[in-house]
Formats: sequence, C-alpha cells, structure tokens
Amino acid sequence: MAQAPALPTGFELPLEPRLPRIGSVDQVAVEARATDLSRRSIKREAKLFALDLAVRMMDLTTLEGADTPGKVAALASKAVRPDPADASVPSVAAVCVYPNLVQTALERVGDSGVKVASVATAFPSGQSPTDLKVAEARRVVELGADEVDMVIDRGSFLAGRYAKVYDEIVQVKEAVGETHLKVILETGELGTYDNVRRASLLAIAAGADFIKTSTGKLSSSATLPVTLVMLEAIRDVFEETGRRVGMKPAGGIRNAKQAVQTLVVVHETLGVDWLTPDLFRFGASSLLNDVLMQIRKEKTGRYQSPDYFTLD
Amino acid sequence: MAELEQRGDRTPTPSLWEYASAPESRDIVKLEERYGLFVRGEFVQPASGEYYETIDPASEEPLAEIPQAGPEDVALAVQAARDAFADGWSAAAPAERAKYLYRIARILQERSREFAVLESLNGGKPIRESRDVDLPLAAAHFFYYAGWADKLEYAFPHRRPKPLGVAGQIIPWNFPLLMLAWKIAPALAAGNTVVLKPAETTPLSALLFCDVLRQAELPPGVVNIVTGDGRTGAALVKAEVDKVAFTGSTEVGKAIQRELAGTGKKLTLELGGKAANIIFDDCALDQAVEGIVNGIYFNQGHVCCAGSRLLVQESIYEPLIEKLKRRLTTLRVGDPLDKNTDVGAINSRQQLEKIEELVAAGKEEGAEIYQPPCRLPEKGYWFVPTVFTNVAQSYRIAQEEIFGPVLSVLTFRTPDEAVEKANNTPYGLSAGVWTEKGSRILWMAERLEAGVIWANTYNRFDPASPFGGYKESGFGREGGRHGLEPYLAFDRVGASGG
Repeated sequence: MAQAPALPTGFELPLEPRLPRIGSVDQVAVEARATDLSRRSIKREAKLFALDLAVRMMDLTTLEGADTPGKVAALASKAVRPDPADASVPSVAAVCVYPNLVQTALERVGDSGVKVASVATAFPSGQSPTDLKVAEARRVVELGADEVDMVIDRGSFLAGRYAKVYDEIVQVKEAVGETHLKVILETGELGTYDNVRRASLLAIAAGADFIKTSTGKLSSSATLPVTLVMLEAIRDVFEETGRRVGMKPAGGIRNAKQAVQTLVVVHETLGVDWLTPDLFRFGASSLLNDVLMQIRKEKTGRYQSPDYFTLD
Repeated sequence: MAELEQRGDRTPTPSLWEYASAPESRDIVKLEERYGLFVRGEFVQPASGEYYETIDPASEEPLAEIPQAGPEDVALAVQAARDAFADGWSAAAPAERAKYLYRIARILQERSREFAVLESLNGGKPIRESRDVDLPLAAAHFFYYAGWADKLEYAFPHRRPKPLGVAGQIIPWNFPLLMLAWKIAPALAAGNTVVLKPAETTPLSALLFCDVLRQAELPPGVVNIVTGDGRTGAALVKAEVDKVAFTGSTEVGKAIQRELAGTGKKLTLELGGKAANIIFDDCALDQAVEGIVNGIYFNQGHVCCAGSRLLVQESIYEPLIEKLKRRLTTLRVGDPLDKNTDVGAINSRQQLEKIEELVAAGKEEGAEIYQPPCRLPEKGYWFVPTVFTNVAQSYRIAQEEIFGPVLSVLTFRTPDEAVEKANNTPYGLSAGVWTEKGSRILWMAERLEAGVIWANTYNRFDPASPFGGYKESGFGREGGRHGLEPYLAFDRVGASGG
C-alpha cells in the first residue's frame, strides 16, 4: 500500500478522524445573523425563564491580583444565595477564582452544590513552558477545584504551530483527569472568525469539555458573533460525532439583556438541549446583580434601587 | 411556557422555551372605512361608483373599502398629471424638486413605525421585515434620488436630459411601499409627473403615502394614485401617458409590451425570476445556510429575485441539506405583527392556491418534500416553508416561478455545469454565488445571465445599485444612475461625436 506523503510543517493538525471539515466563516454574514438574533423580543414568562436560567448558568468570577480570602468568601456566599430577599432565586453554577483562593471558596460554598472553578496554565497569557502549565493544572485539581479553566497558547496558535497548542491541551486534559476542563481561546487575540472556528475545533479535538471565549482581561471578548461561531463549531461536532461540548462566553456580558440575547443564540443554534448549566455557562462578575434586578422587576412590576442588591 | 423537568438534584432542564408573544401595537395606524382616488391632491370618489374590500391576509378580516377606478377615472388622473407637468413641475428649478423628495424621505422616516405596521397588516409580511427592510429602503430611495434631481446634466453629460411627461406606473403587492418608492422617486427626480396604481390586494400604504405628499406640500397633480384590479392597470397602460413602468408577472408584462408596440410610449418591465443560488463546496457553510434561508423564505418567498433554485455542489450536498432542514425548524411562522415572526402570511388566497398547485405538481413529479413541524394559525393564508430535494431540471418546480416559500434543490459537479444549469431558464433576474474564492466569484459573474449577482449574500438592496433583468425577467434598470435613464429623453445634439 502506498504511503501518504508527510505533511509540511504547520499542517500537522491532528484532528480526530471523524471531526468535521474545518471550513470557514464569513464575517459579514455571521455578524448579520448575530444582529438578527439579538433582535428577538423576549418578554414576560419567557424572559423570567431566561433570567432564572442565566443565574443557574453563571460562573461568578473574581480574577484580580488584589483578591483576598475575605473578598472570595463574600463572593462565594453570594454564589450560594444570590438574592437574600428572594429564596426562589437559585444558586449560581460555580465560583471562578485563582488557585490560591480555591480553598477559601470551597469552605464557603460547602455542600451547596455550587462548584469551584480555578484558572490554571499561566493564566491569562499562557506564555510559560508546557511542563509548568501541566504541573499547575495538576496542582489545582489537588487543591480541590471541581473545574479547571485553562488558556491556549495564542502565541503558538498565531505562529501556525497548531500541533503544539493541541498537544498542550491533551497533556492538561490528562493531568486533570475526570475534572471538568474548560479551554479558553482568548478570541480577542485570534483576530478572525476563521481562527476562532479553527481554535474551537482544535480545542474540542484535544479533549475540552467546554470551550470558553475569553480571560476577561481584554476589552474585546465574548461578542455575540464570536459566541455564534463557537456554538456552530460545537454543533458541527455534535452532528458528526454525537459528542456534546459545552460553551462559556466570558467577559463583556454585563447586563441581563445581553445574557438573554446570548441565550437566544444558544437556543436557536443548538436547541433546548444546551439550555442547561451542564453545557452552557456565563463567566461574569458584574452581570449577576443586573439579572437579579431584572428578575425582581419581572416579579413585582417595578425596578428597585441598586442599594437593595449586595455588592460583594 | 417553559415546562421544567427535574433532572438530578438542582438542574432542571427545559424541554421547551417558547417566546411569549411580542406583538407590535396596531393602534398607531388609523384606517378610513372607505378611501378615494388621489387626484390633484384630493381624495375623490370614483366615477365608476365601484368599491372592493381590502383585507388582512393573516386574519381574512376586512380593513377598508377601496375604489375600483375605471377608464374614466384613470383619464382624469392622467389629465391631472399632464396639467401639473405643464403648470410648472417640469420647469421648476431642479433643486426645488429635490426639496420635495428630501421632505418625503424625512417624513417617511418619521412615520416609519406607522407605515411598517400598515404594510404588515395589509400585506402579511413580518413586522421585522417591514420595519428593518421595507421602510428604511423606501426612505433611502427618496434620499438617493433627491440627490440626483439637480445633477442630471452630470449624470448624462452632453446628452441634455429632459423629462418625458406623465409616467404611468403599476406596482406589485410584495413590497407595496418600497416598489412605490422605486417608481416615484426617480420619476420625480427626472422632472416627470406620475399616475401610480398600487396592487389590488395591497393599496393601503400607497393611500397613506398620499398623506405624506400633502404633508410635504408637493404641488397637486404631481403624483396621483388610482386603485383597482388588473382592469385599472390596463386602462392606465392605454391612457395618454408618455411612459409605462411595470413590475409584476411576465405574463402581464408581455401583454403590456404587445399593447404598447408602435405607440412610441417608453416602457420598462421588471418581471418574474427563477434565480439560481449556487453553493460551492468551499463556502462558509453555516453562513450559506443563512443566505439560502434569506434567499427564499424572506417575505414568504414573494420576491421576484428570490433564490428559488438551489444549486449545490454534490460534494457538500448532504451536510448542507441537513443544516438547512435543521435551520428550517427554527423559523417562526405566524402573526406578521409579532416581532419574533420570521415568516408571515401569504398575500392572498389566489397566491396561496397557486403555491399549493405547484407544490402538488412537485410531489407528483417525484421530488422529495420536506416541511418542518409547524403550527399554523387557523384563519388567514399560510404556507409552511418547504424544501424539495431530488428535483430534476425538467420539473415544473424547477422551471416555473412559485413566488412562495418553496425551494427546489438541484446539484452540480463543476463550475461549468453550475453556470449551464443556472442559465437554463427563460428568466434572468438574479443569482447568488457562495464560495471563498474571489476569482471564482468573478468568473461566475461574467457567465451568469442575470441582472443582479450576489456573492456570499442574498437579497441585499441599495438605492445606488441598479436592479433589473435579462431575458423574460424584463428590461430597463431601477436604482442607481441607471434608474434615471428610463424617465428621461435625450437630445441627439452633441451625441454624434461619441
């Protein structure tokens, strides 16, 4: 049997054989589609449903150099009981913190069911040797994190060294074992929707449980078209292989309206199956209070002063 | 609303997320019980004494009584336009004409919500489209041609452009106000006066437009509106007009051309189409699916340039069709005034019957039909978005214009075959090409016999871009500088040199 010729350097992208063709994304059309979907008018019960879901899908996040045990404890308490005045408001999905604060978060969330996620792999830049990143991910799991949010090596990706990016994700996945792995693409640094799609498929092929837009450290992050492109990649993988990969837009979603628009995009791209915290999360810090305010408004018919919602 | 089923301890999974209805209020529109013909700036009762009912196709409820103008009424309207032409409109300073067009454009923008609701009410199109497409484009057309009114010498240098006189204009029911704008704006910019007949089923936005003309203080008689069915149109064609502009079916267009032969009246026709939307295997697949949907389900497929024949490269046939079928399940069919509706009501019972007849023919000829599960309202005229696969070039559904939300899918293997199949139709209005390869777009555009060719998009319009057909899709161009030409006469002086 004839042997297939070796691929030239840069073309060694090792995708699972049954993954869909990589394909391309048309910028104008994908932005138009996202705009169309953002114009859906979601009212009354449909809105309340979406807001409640948004709370249950939230990864309440603090990733600052100035984070302290006190700050994280307050955040974790808020995660368990977001609105002390309304017991029907559910807990959020998880709190997301730096590795040094995992222990504090774990103690505070207790057995509430709220998960603790930690970033790893030289967050946010990813510019460290692979062995250090793998070690960090392993250590984060030892510290007790339920979920690990890693970053891809954008430098290697943009240099066309896809295989290195891929191998690194594979190694991190091995290191974290059964722990839930979210792979951050940092789409604001990838430059094109084509790259967002490639990076999404690459991360999924390497074993990501979730793909995530951003670190939250850039001004350009989880825009609606970027989210749509990633959801379409997830859909293609599902349709070809039956594998369900989750999605987490993070950064830039600051108000309830954006959250509802994002859920419409999920709903009309992947269907109701993805409307669950098992497959969709919002990474956010300031979003929660706006959602709580909107829930109170939907239930009572009037807006309340921001003073009635806790700052944590 | 969302039924929740408990899964695990705290993760309820919705089995359904239904959007609550979000209807646009129709209170903004004030309808008269009975309308008149708009002649010399006044509403007048028809000499014929005949009226008919116009309805809301989504509920079949009557909206108002509309005059059926007879030949006598048409003659009066044409005389009014003739007088207005002679009394100053043709001799007015061009910048003066521009002033009125700018005013009309601005008033349309100010009253856009009112017009959008009325357009959806009388025509059945989703409010999303009348609000985001019809109204902005109609206003843009007036703005655009207002700009040309005092620059005709520059548009046609050394040709001494002059207005023709009275233009008789007949428009269809698919984009009532937008087609009115396409017709009236260039005619007035060029210095003509107008008698316009809106379509029988959708006269209301044209009648409300008369109110805009008054608000703009357009001199009486410059624009006259006569309503009625095909008989009124026939009378307008036969009347003492200098030019006829018609948008509608190829059948009627041919009859008009026969009627006008030898009369010296100028004619432009914008007729039917059976456009090929051509999908190459290197395209951006998900965006192509959006383009296919926009190409054929936009405005219920009541679009002369609709991408009604899908030509798919065989190598991506299966994944593309799977994606398309999946996308169809998310289309929301129903109340045109609901802001979340994607596909509204079919414009009339007559049109619904025509669609049903052709779809039945498609099934009989052996094509495979797919329709997504869909709850249709009980009253009104509705048709589920439909895809036919396994279609042969010889089937009626691949040849005839259906003018409804029905797509016929064919396949091809090479670019040459795509061009051959795309051109193998008596029509030639539009075409779409989907590929990542720029050179292939140009190669295809050179070979496709179609007036408009979209690349990696579909059904996009701009007043600056000329629109019109090849072959039996008509002749003459609307939009752009080209759109002025059918409304102008040119001196031969100075033309000999060039």
